[in-house]
Amino acid sequence: MSAAQIIDPIRAGIASGWDVVDASTLDNDLVIDADVAIVGSGAGGGTAAEIFALAGLTVALVEEGPLRSSTDFRMRESDAYAELYQESAARKTRDKAINILQGRCVGGGTTVNWTSSFRTPPATLAYWERTKRLVGFNVEAMAPWFEQMEARLGIAPWDVAPNANNAALARGGAALGIATAAIRRNVRGCWNLGYCGTGCPTNAKQSMLVTTLPAALARGAKLVTRTRAQRLVVTADRISALECAALDTSGTTATTRRITVRARSYVAAGGAINTPALLLRSAVPDPHGLVGKRTFLHPTIVSAAIMPERIDGFAGAPQTIYSDQFLETPPDGPMGFKLEAPPIHPILAAITLPGHGDAHGHWMRRLPNLHVQIALLRDGFHEQSPGGVVQLGDDGAPVLDYPLTPYVWDGARRALRTMADLQFAAGATAVMPIHGQGAAFGNIGAARAAIDNFTLAPLTTPVVSAHVMGGCPLGTDATRTVVDVGGRYHHLANLYVMDGSLFPTSIGANPQLSIYALVARLASALAPTLRSSG
Amino acid sequence: MITRRTFLVTGALGAAALAAGGGVTLLRHKGAARAEAMDGDARTVVEAIVPAMLGDALPADPDLRGAAVGETVDGVARAMAGLPPAARKELHQLFGLLAFAPTRLAFAGVASPWQSAPAADVEAFLARWRDSRWSLKKSAYDALHQLIYAAWYANPRSWPAIGYPGPPKLFA
Repeated sequence: MSAAQIIDPIRAGIASGWDVVDASTLDNDLVIDADVAIVGSGAGGGTAAEIFALAGLTVALVEEGPLRSSTDFRMRESDAYAELYQESAARKTRDKAINILQGRCVGGGTTVNWTSSFRTPPATLAYWERTKRLVGFNVEAMAPWFEQMEARLGIAPWDVAPNANNAALARGGAALGIATAAIRRNVRGCWNLGYCGTGCPTNAKQSMLVTTLPAALARGAKLVTRTRAQRLVVTADRISALECAALDTSGTTATTRRITVRARSYVAAGGAINTPALLLRSAVPDPHGLVGKRTFLHPTIVSAAIMPERIDGFAGAPQTIYSDQFLETPPDGPMGFKLEAPPIHPILAAITLPGHGDAHGHWMRRLPNLHVQIALLRDGFHEQSPGGVVQLGDDGAPVLDYPLTPYVWDGARRALRTMADLQFAAGATAVMPIHGQGAAFGNIGAARAAIDNFTLAPLTTPVVSAHVMGGCPLGTDATRTVVDVGGRYHHLANLYVMDGSLFPTSIGANPQLSIYALVARLASALAPTLRSSG
Repeated sequence: MITRRTFLVTGALGAAALAAGGGVTLLRHKGAARAEAMDGDARTVVEAIVPAMLGDALPADPDLRGAAVGETVDGVARAMAGLPPAARKELHQLFGLLAFAPTRLAFAGVASPWQSAPAADVEAFLARWRDSRWSLKKSAYDALHQLIYAAWYANPRSWPAIGYPGPPKLFA
């Protein structure tokens, strides 16, 4: 197949008459009536939209980002970060110590994620049942929903050999007796290009953009893009309207145009920063002050290495090998972490490598030999890991306050040590644990001694996140959770949350499949009840 | 509600700058008037910082070097235009602080105007802010680091030197 033969399902759908409005082009205010209003078109909103539309409900989807599709995806980091990510991929926590990669486009994070597909780990589900009293969401209960969404999104073992960056993780693991395994991916007919993060140019990635959203739109769903959900209007015990502002083509600034959605039911699916922020702006009843609390990030620590052979970490599927050897620590023990090997593109590498001047240039010139591992810390399982709090800035925009505690730094230090071990075991000639001025080490003894003495601290040790979870946890106890086990907001009759905010802790794995399965379950149970009310 | 304006307005740095000569009011006024674009003063600051940040990643040839710096500054301006208003405002305040001579001297420790500042002075300023114990200076360094490196390595001109072949050519 050549590029000329790639069919863009979005352009084809629009040509066939889908109801899609780019609010930056509106000349007038817009009022939309629907059975269900969904805020956000990512993993949660996309999954829910298809289920509701197939159930015969009229669906209106509101998305803050633009609609971009395979024809637009040119594998340029600069274009993608500016167009497809929250805050140009530079969203930060309140003290600016954590940089958050989050999608902001039609398809949300699923349009730009790296395709890693894991079921919610059994240990996580068991922890929720035991500690959070979340009954009925165990491995057996969730299995059919995982199966359904895996079938829907082509999630299957990836049989192609890993790229050299991932192979190095596997090799280091084999040398040290650290178990690694292959990551399943949500792709069909993947070209193995390595540009998942800039929008899949071949539509192989089974994101919401090419699966559930086209299905919903083909059933008559309406999609309004570049539309910021500002406020849910609370009237007595219900939401009576969703008020939105149109954004201009810059995507950052509201125009004077307003969009109002009047629906029987409202679904918040803007992701675990924007959903709590919408609820806070709406001043929904929150007697226990729970909305936006316990927000988790999988705080992620990075280790770079120089390998003697070419790695070309910009080419080939990213993140195909992982290790959970250090993930499932006891709940009262130190922080666990998952190990993965990310894509290595110039901008991502340059902004991650610390320091400046000739020293930074020296490492950048070795980009083809660069091998990078990341450790995703499993937050939310320990009393010293309460996560962060979503707050509102004075302009109403969300700000996540996420204090990095000594408990987190202890996890970070162990992760840096483990990654250095693995990288030297895989044959690295130098390892740079990403910290401070960017010191590099030529052998494991020197690296370990240095890591043990690092002063790990905010803004000295870079921390990143690509997974935002929690803030509207699911459960039966309205004094401890935000939504009931059906996804309904405890204190309002027709407001639902269906995204990563539902999780009581972090997942301990890349969360997309956890969101798909949980939302599929909630939306499937809800759809018939919404229908009968009409 | 909490405020996100951590540069200048509410921070300790802001109080100090205010004490240093009332320049902040002037700068905020200018910032508000030119909310959308990077103004000339900010451009001058970034033009001086780019070579210190990028070091030998920039071409040595003077003509190529000048073009590379200019394109990087353009890229920074484009990136700023795409940031949310709160982040843009913070950057305006940062560049205002750096451009205003008394605060440039007091906080950046750069004695000469940016146009004529010796390269070693600019590099020393970056190193001081990177290693500062003051989180505002560290986060300002991080912002400059992220903006300038993202702008330079977005530029295909930067790719041959780092062995990056560019994206696969599906769309030739």
